[in-house]
Amino acid sequence: MSALFDKIAQNKKNQVILFIAYVVLTGLGLFLLPDSTIAFLLLLFSILVLYYLNFNLRAKWVTGIAILAVLVPLIASHSDSYQTYMEVGTLVGIYCAMALGLNIVVGFAGLLDLGFIAFFAVGAYTYAIFASGQASKFMPFGHYPLPGDTFWIFIFVGALVAALFGILLGIPVLRVRGDYLAIVTLGFGEIIRILLNNMDHPLNITNGSMGIASITPPKFFGISIGNASQFYYIALGIFLVVIYVVRKLENSKLGRSWKAVRDNEIAAQAMGIPLVKTKLAAFAIGASFSGMMGAVFAAKQMFVDATSFTYLESTMVLVMVILGGMGSVPGVILGAAVVIILRTQVLTNISDWLSQMSTNYGIPIPPALSPEKMQLLIFGLLLIIFALYRTQGLIPHKNRKVDVELLKKESAAAALEREKSTSGGADS
Amino acid sequence: MNILEVKNLTKQFGGLTATSDISMNIEKNSITAVIGPNGAGKTTFFNMITAVYKPTSGDILLNGKSLVGLKPHQVSQFGIARTFQNIRLFNEMTVLENVLVGMHQNLKAHWVGTLLQLPHIRKMEEAAKVEAYDILKYVGLEDYVNENAGNLAYGAQRRLEIGRAMAAKPKVLLLDEPAAGMNPKETEKLTNLIYDLRSKLDVTIILIEHDMKLVMKISDYIYVLDHGELIASGEPDEIRTNKKVIEAYLGKGAVAND
Repeated sequence: MSALFDKIAQNKKNQVILFIAYVVLTGLGLFLLPDSTIAFLLLLFSILVLYYLNFNLRAKWVTGIAILAVLVPLIASHSDSYQTYMEVGTLVGIYCAMALGLNIVVGFAGLLDLGFIAFFAVGAYTYAIFASGQASKFMPFGHYPLPGDTFWIFIFVGALVAALFGILLGIPVLRVRGDYLAIVTLGFGEIIRILLNNMDHPLNITNGSMGIASITPPKFFGISIGNASQFYYIALGIFLVVIYVVRKLENSKLGRSWKAVRDNEIAAQAMGIPLVKTKLAAFAIGASFSGMMGAVFAAKQMFVDATSFTYLESTMVLVMVILGGMGSVPGVILGAAVVIILRTQVLTNISDWLSQMSTNYGIPIPPALSPEKMQLLIFGLLLIIFALYRTQGLIPHKNRKVDVELLKKESAAAALEREKSTSGGADS
Repeated sequence: MNILEVKNLTKQFGGLTATSDISMNIEKNSITAVIGPNGAGKTTFFNMITAVYKPTSGDILLNGKSLVGLKPHQVSQFGIARTFQNIRLFNEMTVLENVLVGMHQNLKAHWVGTLLQLPHIRKMEEAAKVEAYDILKYVGLEDYVNENAGNLAYGAQRRLEIGRAMAAKPKVLLLDEPAAGMNPKETEKLTNLIYDLRSKLDVTIILIEHDMKLVMKISDYIYVLDHGELIASGEPDEIRTNKKVIEAYLGKGAVAND
């Protein structure tokens, strides 16, 4: 069996054929069984398969984007559950971006944040307030709601405001570490939620517990965006940008500074890394991803209130990061996808199935036992299992390896160059 | 010429005086050793120079500029690099990345430029990697480039710390017990490395060390601390015969019975 795997791994042509066969098969499966959630999930799974093939990076990216942007929506559009599938896809995109943001804070910089959903809330409310009549209740000038075209600007405004809140949170908590930091961030998350829930007097900014309704849907060149299938592309677009940013930062000067601070604060400072600036950058950049997706979330739901941003949601994002693998970008993406699909598809399906069983066959299953209601228990158990048997997550973080042979060559070339220039200098 | 001047440096932790009234003049391009029994205040002294601790009183001047009141990373940017008594590497990062972090203050890469993939930043990153590789070759770790620093053997970790400090291109290099836990062969290699470092980097080296053979062989000048006080200073030969030093190390009786 393993010999077979080795053979496949060595031969690129076999990999291409097998991968295409897999995609065609699962695609056909979804086409023929359009209402089967399993077929849909298997098709999505092809992205993970793609990750493990040893194509070159660019080919992987192009194939992956083609599958997500063209193939999946195309095949799913034949299904009655098209919008449901795309809704799940959008949610996965939103949470992936958020988990990648939290991964910068927790995975790279080693700052445990238990209130991360606050930044998502800030982004969501930023768009919600200005894209509904809400803003006219406290803004002395301007006409509200702003038109749907401004949504695209608000993606950035959301990011900016969230980053600002990231820094606001960052400044007071920089002095505490570890468990203390976790508690303070937890408190921060709750403060933001409670504030949003109560800021309807004396000045009505958030409309309190009533929430903000009838948020203007985004407009793209005059087309109003209201379907999950359309939001899917927005979420996918932002998600791709976020991956790009994270990938580039991870192996840059800033990324190394984060990891250095995580591994040893004192040594990092002794090497000239400014602690405050580095930590604040992690908070701000991580928060900005959440803020962007918050704006998308508000536009998609067309309604926001504080109940969407509870402590449970912060925990869920953290579960995604830990489940996937702290510090590992592909791991965190997989973790986010697994958690969202578990929550929205698998658990609800099992619950439906169980309730069907009880009505059809008279097996009494109390509704309190339905898996949908035991989310916290299930994710808690999952975390315990991972803590015991796979501490590094689904796809453990790997440091990027450099090509030593290439370095050796370049180093020799550089030495030659130096020699030339010094001997040249001696000659003249 | 003196590169580093320490004036009446005192550090008190509550009622405990860790170092009291220490003054030193450290000549440029010299190798200076700070020795003394355990608890004499040597590492506290290093921690004050690198701004980990703020001195209770006194002053530290690097090229005539005071370092007191600066943040640790600012002191590092002024040109002081150090290694640690209890090794402090970035364990979850690769050996090469550890050296790259050491180079940070010489890498001018703004993160916006990184995101835009500006050509000069890519070039700089590439050049930095080559330079880091050269440093690893110099400290004899070129076979472990992609290894996680935490997985290295003890002696290799010590050398990596020196490599990381070298990468910062410091004016003054502080080595806190570089030979601790090394076997004689490794110590000899290290001695040669330190010797070579001074001429290669044109750096001033201050080291804390318990290995007297190494200290006597390597240093131009020695300061001896005991109970936070400077009890002697001089060239290796003077220190070797200094009564106060022998007393501090071996106890009063040892001198009397001699």
